[in-house]
Formats: sequence, structure tokens, C-alpha cells
Amino acid sequence: MLQIKTKITYNKKIKGSYFRIALKAPGIAVKALPGQFINIKVSDSCEPLLRRPFGVHRVKKDDIEALYEVVGPATQILSQRKPGEYLDVIGPLGNGFTPVIKNKPLNILIAGGMGVAPLVFLAEKLKKSKNVVLIGAKTKEQIMCEKEFKDLGCEVKVATDDGSTGFKGYVSGFLEEVLSGAHYPKSVVYACGPRPMLKEISRISKKYNISAQVSLEEHMACGVGACLGCVTNTRSGFKRVCKEGPVFNGDEIIW
Amino acid sequence: MQIKLSVNIGRLKLKNPVMVASGTFGYAREFTDFFNPKELGAIVTKTITLKPRQGNPAPRTCETPAGLLNSIGLENPGLEVFIREKLPLLKKMGAPIIISIASEDDPEEFIKLAGRLDKIKEIAAIELNISCPNIQGRAHLISQDPEATYLAVNKVRRVTQKVIITKLSPNVTDIAEIAQAAEKAGTDAVALINTITGMSIDVKTRKPRIASVTGGLSGPAVRPVAVRMVRDVYKKIKIPIIGMGGIIDASSALEFIIAGAAAVSVGTANFINPKASVDIIKGIKDYLLKNKIKDINSLIGTLKA
Ligand SMILES: Cc1cc2nc3c(=O)[nH]c(=O)nc-3n(C[C@H](O)[C@H](O)[C@H](O)COP(=O)(O)OP(=O)(O)OC[C@H]3O[C@@H](n4cnc5c(N)ncnc54)[C@H](O)[C@@H]3O)c2cc1C
Ligand SMILES: Cc1cc2nc3c(=O)[nH]c(=O)nc-3n(C[C@H](O)[C@H](O)[C@H](O)COP(=O)(O)O)c2cc1C
Repeated sequence: MLQIKTKITYNKKIKGSYFRIALKAPGIAVKALPGQFINIKVSDSCEPLLRRPFGVHRVKKDDIEALYEVVGPATQILSQRKPGEYLDVIGPLGNGFTPVIKNKPLNILIAGGMGVAPLVFLAEKLKKSKNVVLIGAKTKEQIMCEKEFKDLGCEVKVATDDGSTGFKGYVSGFLEEVLSGAHYPKSVVYACGPRPMLKEISRISKKYNISAQVSLEEHMACGVGACLGCVTNTRSGFKRVCKEGPVFNGDEIIW
Repeated sequence: MQIKLSVNIGRLKLKNPVMVASGTFGYAREFTDFFNPKELGAIVTKTITLKPRQGNPAPRTCETPAGLLNSIGLENPGLEVFIREKLPLLKKMGAPIIISIASEDDPEEFIKLAGRLDKIKEIAAIELNISCPNIQGRAHLISQDPEATYLAVNKVRRVTQKVIITKLSPNVTDIAEIAQAAEKAGTDAVALINTITGMSIDVKTRKPRIASVTGGLSGPAVRPVAVRMVRDVYKKIKIPIIGMGGIIDASSALEFIIAGAAAVSVGTANFINPKASVDIIKGIKDYLLKNKIKDINSLIGTLKA
């Protein structure tokens, strides 16, 4: 864990309320693993008071990138910060995905909404394997990073709640269809998205005897394991999402 | 100019007046990447109970204007696991270790807890948390009643020679009265404030923003309440006060010292800036230098009013 005053390399709107920010943080960049996160203090004032967690989206040399959606006061302020300004960042934090490369499995990466953010970094690390990415969102406009995954050689499939593009329905239903249609004995599922989606994905993965690594979100105060705020219930009791997680084995979670 | 930063809490001498508050510094290990904890005046550990507690359901925290609402519910591994698994590392930190303890159902548990800790020589002091607002089903806190406070502190006084700090709740009409009861019962110092009970509602869903509905408020939002309480207590007791509530920088720490605190604790600020406590030590020193004050002790309670 490092605490660094990072300089903003760029902070750009992608579309709608989605932004991508790059921060110069060599110490964090060399250490970060897919699924880990950084905790950003978006302003020097007491409003907002706490840092905000964001998954490591990509690492480019000395830069770490985050992909974020403006949903409230902190992300609103973050979106206004300019290149050249400094942000206080702590990272890399938490326990990320464990890329499975042995025995050349088929990796199935599943993103719901903003869940695409950390999976791009994961796809980079899995570049040498065969990867399928399922991206789910409410509408076509909210589908993100299709191109990034394709550029990394992944096969990309899309699902929308309203059917405005791709499969109509939830990405979890889509997974069921994918798994039942073909035979994937050596698959590993990696997922990030809303909790109900992760629950479904864990259930379906179990049904097909596939292991699922799921990245959870919980409201965090410290991000370093001290406050015991962001717990989730597991088969071995409450665990801290910021420390033992955010990535857990889907089987371990009591949904 | 040579500046004296050391203060005394009963027989316990702190090399500087800045400690970290219970529940906001874990068992110290989470912070060793950021600074060397030996720089601290003292470390107060997360409250432990006799038996393990799994704590309250999530969400346990939410942010409010300049504040943090929490209901952790005293999650801790219990006395024996704490001694076996957490204490060895704490002993190596190089700063005095203050162990915070609480009873769950029966104040008699304090006797067992304090009696056991009394025998461990590396423990510098015991803090009695009689003010945690996050234990479900508890209608009243010990620290909401002067008599109950007297009885609990007195029980512990009889089983330990160690320095005792009694942590008080702000959720009372007259905190000075409670502080006086603790003093009479033999506590060496009082610490205030614990969190203020509060709640926050998500109007979209009409649900409480933390699962246990109510929680304890901390952070800069509570600071004026805490400073006022330190002053109230300072006027009524002779023993040292450890002040806390919304301290985020040297200037907010100095408010407490001027109001009458001999030492201060940094809580929520550790979550925002893990190095906050050491920045505050430096800032206090700079203030003393600038104002040509040779000894921090001559600043305590010097409010001009
Ligand atoms: C480990 C982790 C990784 C994350 N990675 C990303 C990421 O890569 N990109 C991204 O855009 N966001 C990510 N988030 C969520 C992000 O932290 C929140 O969106 C942000 O804190 C919102 O702050 P705010 O002040 O703008 O909004 P707030 O006012 O705090 O919240 C606005 C709304 O967003 C909801 N919200 C806030 N925090 C969360 C949360 N943690 N989970 C779910 N809903 C929340 C609130 O319920 C509220 O309705 C991550 C969260 C965690 C715990
Ligand atoms: C997440 C959290 C957990 C806490 N846990 C404890 C605890 O276990 N025991 C205790 O005596 N106080 C506990 N407190 C209260 C703090 O020690 C302190 O009294 C209070 O937060 C006010 O200080 P602050 O505004 O600087 O945080 C906790 C506070 C927070 C925010």
C-alpha cells in the first residue's frame, strides 16, 4: 500500500456520464494486479470527507487508469479535476483476481455496468489465453469497452436489458445460454457488477461446475482494513471487502 | 528552542500528546505501510470483549455532511484470540499500547478482561469503553448513568494497577457529572467523546442508510460538540482529559488542548489520511515554536474566556 500525490495525466469524458482518468503513480503501477483498487481523495476539503474506491482499469507504464461513472458528489468533483492537478491516492488495495493460465482454460469475463472497469486490466493479463467477454448493461449507450476487449483479442458478446443491442436480458441469463449451448469443461468465470448479478453468476457457475471469481462492492470508509465497515457475509464469517476482497470465490459468499 | 511535547496520563508518560482512537486504527498493522507507529504518543486498539463478536450486518457505514455514521457493532476476535494473534505485533510497535475493553451483557466482564490484561506488562493502560452506541438491544449505556459509571470503573480499579482511562459518551445531558463519577471511582483519566448517535435516510428508497438504522456519528461534523464537552469536563475534574471528535489537523487538535485536554486522539481522520496523526504531531510542534511556548503542558486549558 502506498499513499501518493499523483498528477492527473488526463481525465476525459468517454460518453454520457462515463469518464476515464489516468494518474501518474509509478509505485502503484508496478504493483497493481487485476481486481485491486485505488482509493482517491477527490478534493482537499471535508466535502466529500472520505476517499472513494475505484478499480484499477488499466496500467500504462507509470500511469494507472480508472474508468468511472458520475453518480454523486465525489464522482462529480472528480470529473471536474484537470490534467496537471494532483490527487491523493492510496493503492494498490485489496485482493484481486487470480488469473488461471494452467491447462489453458477458457476464461469467461462477465461485466455488469461499470463492472467492465477492472476486467479490461484482467483481459490484458490473460492475453495469451482464450477469452470470452460478456458485457451487460441497461441500454446500448451504457455498453463500455467493447473495442478495448476486442483489441486484446477477446471474443465479445453483449447483452442489454432493453435489447437495444445484442442479447435481450440480463448478462447472467446470457451466461446460462452460453454455457448450456456449448461444452466448456475447463472454464473459469471472472465477474464484476451489481450484487444480484454476481449472485446469479455464482449460482449458474456452480451448476456447470465452474469456479467463479466475483468482485464485490460495499460501502467503504478506510479501504485499508482498519474500520471493519465494508464486510460481507461468507461461509467463514464476515470478511472485509477491502482487504480479503474485493474478489471472492462466488461459492464462499452467503448471498 | 527546545520544545517539550510530553504529557502525563496518570503514571503513563506519553512522548507527545497525539494518540489514535479506538476502532479507527485496527490493531495497528494496517498502518505500518504509511508511517512508523512508534512516532505516536500512544495507540488505542479496537475495543475487545470477552467473547468474540461478529458485529452488525452491512452496510455498516455511510458518509454524512463532514461526518461518518458507523455501526460496526464492536466486531472483535475476543480477549484470548486478541492476546494470541494481535498483541504480539502490537508489542513491537514501539508506542505505548492502550487496550480498549467493553462488557456486553454484564459489567462483571470488565473484571475478567482487566484482570487478565493486568498481567501483561507491555500493556500501558486500559481504556474502558462504556460508551459504544452500537450494541443492539442495549437501552442504556453505562456511561449514561453516573452510578453505573462509578460501579464499573470501581470494579476495574480494584483488579488492576494499570492506568485506567474511561471513555465517555456524548449522548447525555451532563457529561461533566459522568466524568466526576468516573474520577471518584478511581479512573486515571477520561477520554471523550465517543460517537454521537445519529441516523441518515435514503429518501429514494425510504430506507436507513446503514443496516442497523442508527449508528454513531464521527468526523469534523461533531467537533464543536466535542470541544464544548471537553471544556465542561475540564471545569469539573482534576484528572487528565483525552479529547477527540473530528480532529483532522493540528489546528483542530489544538482546540481540544486549549479547551482543557492533556492529550488528543485522532479517529476518522486516519481513514482519510493514514498519516494524519503524525502530521498533527508536527503541526502542534510548529504552533508551539511559532508562539514561543516551550512546554505543551502550559497550553492545556488556556482558553481566554
Ligand atoms: C472496490 C470498489 C471498486 C469500485 N470501482 C469502481 C470503478 O471502477 N468505477 C466506478 O465508477 N465506480 C466504482 N466503484 C463505486 C464507486 O466507489 C462509487 O460510485 C463512488 O464512491 C460514488 O461516490 P459519489 O460521492 O460520487 O456518490 P455517493 O453519493 O457516495 O453515491 C451516489 C450513489 O451511488 C451509490 N453508491 C455509492 N457508492 C457505491 C458503491 N460502493 N457501490 C454501489 N453503489 C454505490 C449510492 O448508493 C448512491 O445511490 C467501486 C466501489 C468499490 C467498493
Ligand atoms: C468506524 C469506527 C469504529 C469505532 N470503534 C470504536 C470502538 O471499538 N471503541 C471505541 O471506544 N470507540 C470507537 N469509535 C469511536 C472513536 O474512537 C472516536 O471516539 C470517535 O470516532 C470520535 O472521534 P473522530 O471524530 O476523530 O473519529 C469508532 C469510530 C469509528 C468511526
